[in-house]
Amino acid sequence: MDENKNEKLERYSTLRVVLRRMKRNKGGIAGLIVVLIYFVIAVIGPWIVPYHPDEPDFESALMPPNPKHPFGTDLFGRDVLSRVIAGARTSFTISIFAVALAVFIGLVIGTIAGYVGGWVDEVLMRFLDIFMAFPEILLAIAIVAILGPGKINIVIAIAVFSFPSFARITRASVISVKSNDYVEAAKAIGESDMSIMLRYILPNALSPVVVQATLRMGTAILTISSLGFLGLGVKAPEAEWGTELAMARSYLESAPWLSIFPGIAIVLVVLGFNFLGDALNDALNPRLKDR
Amino acid sequence: MRSTQDSRIGKLEQRVIKLKLLEIRNLKVYFNTEEGIVKALEDVNLEIDKGEILGLVGETGCGKSVTVLTVLRLLSNASTISGQVLFEGQDLLKLSEKEMLKIRGKEITMIFQEPMTSLNPVFTVGQQLMDVIQLHMNLDKKRALERAIEVLKLVKLPDPDYIVNKYPHELSGGMRQRVMIAMAISCEPKLIIADEPTTALDVTIQAQILGILKHLKEQLGVSILIITHNLGVVAQICDRVAVMYSGYVIETGTVAEIFQHAVHPYTRGLLKAIPPIEEKVERLNVIPGNVPNLITPPSGCRFHPRCERYKDGVCNAQAPSLRQLTETHTYMCYNPYLPEGVVEEVNV
Amino acid sequence: MNSKINSQDKDLVKKETLVETEGLVKAFKVKKSFFSEAKWIYPVDRISLRIFRGETLGVVGESGCGKTTLGRTILRLLEPNDGKIYFDGKDITNLPHSELRSFRKHMQIVFQDPYSSLNPRMTIYDTLKRPIRIFKLCDKDNEPELILNTLRSVGLDKQHLLRYPHEFSGGQRQRIAIARALISKPQFIVLDEPTSALDVSVQAQIINLLCELREQYKLTYLFISHDISIIKHVSNRIAVMYLGNIVEIGPTDSVFCNRFHPYTKLLISSVPLPDIRKRMELRIDTSEVPSLLKKFDGCKFFDRCPYRAKKCEVSEPTFYEVEAGHFVKCYLYESMQTGGAQS
Repeated sequence: MDENKNEKLERYSTLRVVLRRMKRNKGGIAGLIVVLIYFVIAVIGPWIVPYHPDEPDFESALMPPNPKHPFGTDLFGRDVLSRVIAGARTSFTISIFAVALAVFIGLVIGTIAGYVGGWVDEVLMRFLDIFMAFPEILLAIAIVAILGPGKINIVIAIAVFSFPSFARITRASVISVKSNDYVEAAKAIGESDMSIMLRYILPNALSPVVVQATLRMGTAILTISSLGFLGLGVKAPEAEWGTELAMARSYLESAPWLSIFPGIAIVLVVLGFNFLGDALNDALNPRLKDR
Repeated sequence: MRSTQDSRIGKLEQRVIKLKLLEIRNLKVYFNTEEGIVKALEDVNLEIDKGEILGLVGETGCGKSVTVLTVLRLLSNASTISGQVLFEGQDLLKLSEKEMLKIRGKEITMIFQEPMTSLNPVFTVGQQLMDVIQLHMNLDKKRALERAIEVLKLVKLPDPDYIVNKYPHELSGGMRQRVMIAMAISCEPKLIIADEPTTALDVTIQAQILGILKHLKEQLGVSILIITHNLGVVAQICDRVAVMYSGYVIETGTVAEIFQHAVHPYTRGLLKAIPPIEEKVERLNVIPGNVPNLITPPSGCRFHPRCERYKDGVCNAQAPSLRQLTETHTYMCYNPYLPEGVVEEVNV
Repeated sequence: MNSKINSQDKDLVKKETLVETEGLVKAFKVKKSFFSEAKWIYPVDRISLRIFRGETLGVVGESGCGKTTLGRTILRLLEPNDGKIYFDGKDITNLPHSELRSFRKHMQIVFQDPYSSLNPRMTIYDTLKRPIRIFKLCDKDNEPELILNTLRSVGLDKQHLLRYPHEFSGGQRQRIAIARALISKPQFIVLDEPTSALDVSVQAQIINLLCELREQYKLTYLFISHDISIIKHVSNRIAVMYLGNIVEIGPTDSVFCNRFHPYTKLLISSVPLPDIRKRMELRIDTSEVPSLLKKFDGCKFFDRCPYRAKKCEVSEPTFYEVEAGHFVKCYLYESMQTGGAQS
């Protein structure tokens, strides 16, 4: 038998190695914790809010942080803490759908461009160039202005300016993976092009996409808040951190808590995704160096 | 008969009368990694004399690269280094980084495997040569250039005045390797370490590079430590051979001793695994099994799980000590293939 | 014009041809920079050869000679630019891929680099399952048995099935690659430097395995390597390639001992022998392997050939049959021509 009897045969999967590497990155752990908390709050938000976020209470308007309202109240008497929690849900749902949509479109375009090459690649890349020529936020504003406000339109707006980078990254990753012999080997055993793309290329090309998707979540949340701040975001009275900031603008000196808490929420979550994304990048790259 | 550790070393020292150029004694190097401690080198003993070519042979994981990187103190992440690396009597492991800078590139130089990536692509060949020369030899620009052209001639490059202004990508692989060799000899080193210098080259170019190395040894009297897995290369240009396996030098001897009567089962297996070019054989000789894991190596002699001469209770108990067959032929084995009529001499 | 190799020898004519190429050409476009003109290189430059059923044809040569490209083009992993490929008598040169699939079952390949020839995201079981599904080799119930038997025939076993490639050593990965090639019970396998990336001791294991399998399954091999001692050990016939052409082709022993073509002489004499009694005369000249970009009117070996003559520079020699079944592309043997060489 070929095997060295003394060898401890350890089964290890990508996940285990990645997790082990991530453990060493303190920033990544912090980021992961923040993201997880964000996710949990987004999901169970409606059940943990101390007050209904949209319910006004004019008697308690503009109260600074106190035991009954830890984050204070806004000009309608709504509890800021509840609105921040509800805002988490809003931004999470929009950003996750937006990024998922962008990833999907990007994967399809990038895989085809990278695998087929030639003029198809050229045409697709020039098509992407059109979208990448616009500053992201301007594109988002333009789309929301045309389509009107509302969650679905924001999802579309964010997906539209995000997908080109996913397409680019996928394409580069696909081109690199394509050069491996196992792709040739797949051709030699008669695999169809579609099968090669789905079974051999995509699974191996995903790492950079995963990193980018994580970082993009941060961008998406920031964009939602920016649109909200500009008045192009979700419709009132729905809670969203950006719209909160817009309303708080006039009260910066008189009621700073109206801007501070939503602001901190945005910063923390976006930073969390960034740190997580960076840690993932380091952990996935160099990938399982098994020589 | 077995003797104790101290008298072993004592007796070996008695036989060594003159000072060797490089002597590595009981070198141990471990690395801390995610998966555990990699015991890369356990007990490496090696020596090179002035003006000789020593071939360091071994397969993947034997530790040959780690050994030479330790000599040049180029390892950044070892957790344990013990033993001695004596260069002209001085222990390199005890030198400061500043003192090592005077050794690297001047006394001991290195040639790497990949000529494509060892030269800086943004500087001309001449500039790179002159950098090294001016650093170590204290010559002005004009004389450094003269020296550069001189060494390019020594490696038999045609039109050195023309090559001096070329960038690495304008030269072929064989020419780049010659430039690397020229750089290595430019400051009159005593020892050149060549790490698989011809592995990445075509076989016809390889023959030329080997010829140059041999020619340099004869002309300049420089010693060369050549790392290779190719026993053909060893047979053609080496004077002596050291065979490594999993962190140990398991056999050392002159080329004749190793090729004609190697005693260690691994060395023999290696020699027999090469398809013979003269005769026809049905099956190639195989060493069964795989190279051991350096984190959990086998107990005792690391080769014992694959050895046809394995003695239970002996080979797996403790690693064998260094033994001597002749003044030049040493090995580490409890049950070697001794030539007929030779009584085992265990005195080290 | 390159000539089709036409053997007069009775023994060879009796042998059945399994794979044949006629004037096969594979070209690549090369552009040095955005502004320079595109040039073409021909790693496979009008190659005509025959591989007989049951034999191992060794192809040897240095970098840029085109041996790897030849192997892949014959299997149509690279599409030929010109010429024809025949498998078992049938012209497969322009078959659409859907029809080619049924031929792929019989013509497989093992690649050089064991670290990149297996999909890192597929277990061994999955890797071996794919050809079964694509070629419909057996029904689902018998699948595990077929996979396990194939795995056993290359020296691995049940416990390896659900592992991923990174859990194996180079030698083991190469065994898995061989299993993948074997599972469809092919007639012909291209071995593209199958042991070059392995240690010497593992090399011997894999070579022995390949020879055993050849006997057991009556396989025909195209064995590509730059290692001359391995080629000599495994091949019945050897083809020596230089810059896209075959310069000499013949029975192994004859090519080795006679070394008719000047390049064959140079190549074989450059191999360092592991024998200290045979120390080579190490020349230190600087003849280089020219790049494929260089254009030649005549013989491509002209620059490096010690026997060159005026006519070598002007026109390319054809194949001359110097012995039964042994052909050399060199004017030195013009007078030795025993049979007719067709253009």
